[in-house]
Amino acid sequence: MLNADESEKAGQSPIAYVFQDAHLLPWRNVLNNVALPLELMRVERGERLEASRRTIDLVGLADAADRYPNQLSGGMRMRVSLARAMVTEPSLLLLDEPFAALDEITRERLDEQLRQLWSAAGMTVVFVTHSTNEAAFLAQRAIVLSKRSGRIIEDRMLELPAQRTGPLRATPGFAGEVRALYDALERGER
Amino acid sequence: MRARDGIIGRAIPPAAVFLAAVVVWEIIMRTTGIPVYLLPRPSAVLRSLAVDREALAGSLGWTALAALSGFAASAIAGALLAIGLSASTFLRRAIYPYTLFFQTVPIVAIAPMLLFWFSPGLEPVAVCAFVVSVFPVIANTLDGLLATDPALRDLFRLYGAHPAATMWKLNLPSALPNVFTGLRIAAGLAVIGTVVAEFFVGQIVGKVGLGVRIVSAIKESRTDLAFAAVLLASLLGLAMFGGVNLAAHMALRRWHASEQ
Repeated sequence: MLNADESEKAGQSPIAYVFQDAHLLPWRNVLNNVALPLELMRVERGERLEASRRTIDLVGLADAADRYPNQLSGGMRMRVSLARAMVTEPSLLLLDEPFAALDEITRERLDEQLRQLWSAAGMTVVFVTHSTNEAAFLAQRAIVLSKRSGRIIEDRMLELPAQRTGPLRATPGFAGEVRALYDALERGER
Repeated sequence: MRARDGIIGRAIPPAAVFLAAVVVWEIIMRTTGIPVYLLPRPSAVLRSLAVDREALAGSLGWTALAALSGFAASAIAGALLAIGLSASTFLRRAIYPYTLFFQTVPIVAIAPMLLFWFSPGLEPVAVCAFVVSVFPVIANTLDGLLATDPALRDLFRLYGAHPAATMWKLNLPSALPNVFTGLRIAAGLAVIGTVVAEFFVGQIVGKVGLGVRIVSAIKESRTDLAFAAVLLASLLGLAMFGGVNLAAHMALRRWHASEQ
């Protein structure tokens, strides 16, 4: 995914990172977990809570803002983690296999949400995944790395529509892109 | 919550065991004729609790004050020391081994000297309670502080968190369950330390702790009174332990598996 907004003001961190697991603070509810980065960057309380509520809305967790991490499902926790990364309005969002631990249905749903978030917020997203399906669904530009050396084997702009929803996964165009990524991976194995 | 998990459901089994043990003890005492200067009958201990209640209540108050002072000092000094040690590998290497002194010192040998080092009264007794109870607080708090999730530490660093903010908002809350483990152990030890010190204090006018009471009762062959005082000391330890548990429950119930 490519896109960048370079403007920077208070409470903006240029880079945000989402781990493989949610890594939330278990003693804080959703709202205060999402507000954490702003708190550490010393954004004033009213402002940071407002920004946090807005971001929680974006990931569809408005009803769960008062819940604690141990009251959330794995997918919800990951969305909180995503909201925490986005609350600083980063221009670059790094995601390292964020949905790898989730079941397939949850994962596909979150992929869709992430696409929507990206269209709405317009940051650059670098997304690392081992799933060719996920890569094809999410990416504007896909880079395939070889297994051991991390050499670039394939670097392609995907020919898929900007609006991507579930049914896209069943189209021949999508299957073609997955196939191309898969073939590149195979080449990398050799 | 099911009824049998409630406070009554949880209180009945230990209470039943206690009652049964007391009854068996009383029966054995009556049938075997063991002399009461060796071991009092439970009924005599109960009678002593009633008859000597004023003296015992005063002693309990005095011992409780000393034990709580020592415990509070352990909680505060132990936690602060652990925070300092967690912040620096150098400090940890240099100082942590010496904190073991608190764990290994033969307190019975040190207690009489504490009486020379501190002015007679509450001080040496509370210090003794502190010495025996501080190590578990240091060790457990330090373990907790060092076990902070490295990914969260990275996260705090990514957002440029001040070290104090990392300590206050990340390390300390995540160490809290360990802190409470340390405090639970310290609560019981503080009472033991207090009573041991009181053995050596002797009688200071108007300030007769349970330990003093025990020593003088044994000298007078009043085993019933001695046991009554021992019982109160145990109950004091239990009450302090319960207090720590209550605080742990309040602090952790929302988020920690141990309180759910």
